[in-house]
Amino acid sequence: MKKDEVPQDLSSLGKITKELCYATDSSGKYVAALSSGWDVKITALDVAWGDIEKRIESAKQKVLNKETSQLLFFMEYRLMDISILAGYSGFWKWQIKRHLKPEVFDKLSTQKLEKYAEAFNIKVEDLKSMTIHED
Amino acid sequence: MKTDFEHRQGAHCESGVTSNLLSIASNGKITEPLAFGIGAGLFFAYIPLIKINNGPAIAFRTLPGYIFNRTAKSLGIPVVSKRFSSKQKAETYLNECLEAGNPVGCQVGVYYLPYFPKEYRFHFNAHNLIVYGKEGDNYLVSDPIMETTNVMDSYQLERVRFAKGALAPKGHIYYPKQGAIITDDTIKQAIKSGIKKNVYNMLNIPGSFAGISGIRNTGKKIKKWRDKLGIEKSKLYLAQMVRMQEEIGTGGGGFRYIYAAFLQEADAYLPGNQLAEISVLFTEAGDMWRTAAVHAAGIYKGRIGSQDDFNKMGDYLVEIAEVEKNAFERLKNIKWQ
Repeated sequence: MKKDEVPQDLSSLGKITKELCYATDSSGKYVAALSSGWDVKITALDVAWGDIEKRIESAKQKVLNKETSQLLFFMEYRLMDISILAGYSGFWKWQIKRHLKPEVFDKLSTQKLEKYAEAFNIKVEDLKSMTIHED
Repeated sequence: MKTDFEHRQGAHCESGVTSNLLSIASNGKITEPLAFGIGAGLFFAYIPLIKINNGPAIAFRTLPGYIFNRTAKSLGIPVVSKRFSSKQKAETYLNECLEAGNPVGCQVGVYYLPYFPKEYRFHFNAHNLIVYGKEGDNYLVSDPIMETTNVMDSYQLERVRFAKGALAPKGHIYYPKQGAIITDDTIKQAIKSGIKKNVYNMLNIPGSFAGISGIRNTGKKIKKWRDKLGIEKSKLYLAQMVRMQEEIGTGGGGFRYIYAAFLQEADAYLPGNQLAEISVLFTEAGDMWRTAAVHAAGIYKGRIGSQDDFNKMGDYLVEIAEVEKNAFERLKNIKWQ
């Protein structure tokens, strides 16, 4: 890539910092150049977030239909799979799988709900009511 | 409390951290491209069994931690590297390092990294930054991706040092021991050994998921994605591949260009070995990866998406495999002058 071809499409990262990359100058020598983003990357990120939004919406429907518990909704919201949630909450994976059942989740003690709320960085009442506050 | 440290921006977190940590010992000679090349940073692996954000894991660089360890080892610099089970001990140790005047590298997760924009925060745990001082409850942080330095309070730093999930950092901290001196001769030897290691990783690693054969096979797989996964999932997979390829801070075709820059710099240390000429082949590979990314974007934007378009996508990778194979074979056959 030549230095004057380094893309300058403003990304959300580009608003905070430019990215350094290596490109060739007119004599073919590599120099450091700054990029404020690249459309191809920006769209790739948009595609990923579009999918996440869909997953969150679908999880919400499943909770409302009593097919799963609120845990799934917040897992999608926090981009967590069962292993990551196990790491942050301290529960075993098999316990989380049980807690994904609405009838089991509804009977969880406040103490256990606290652990999940902390893992998701939310409040217990929001966990129960599936409420999100943008952070 | 502040250690003797100068922040320099890099294209990639680990080679940037490595270069900056070795800055004093090498008198600034270990640039980021040199650290990347000596650390044998270039790689390719397609690991369908590991899922990241619900897509396949595709890596364009070596395993986290590898570049720093290899580079320091090749340059004969003793390294201190520790992980912790206790958050308290991890912080105490960090403070002791800073008091002793050592800036230290830390492996962190980006999900809770406060200065990253929300759109870039995923559960990716192989990010690297340097802590170079502390003022009150605030740590002074040099993240090579960023143009300037940042500040994180002790709670924020603890959260990212103890991020959970795949490749959990467990408070991983690392730094070169003070007092080592890097000579030009050591650098020359380290360059040769780094190239040799990278040649092995790309040409000779057994199995069809990694190295050149990994690129070729991924190309073949992509051609089947449309039928096998359906168009929507294929789009997600391609977008994921591009994000891995152009991962934050590589600014496009990234790692191939860093490697090309490395070979140019290496040529100055070891003239007469055609390293500058071979460098051009990696520039070509980098350009081809970028062209492939533009084509992929056409698919995930929904502008194109026929089977022909997927065939063309796969063919790009097959062609890239040929160019990189040729480049690494030329590196392999060097009779060092």
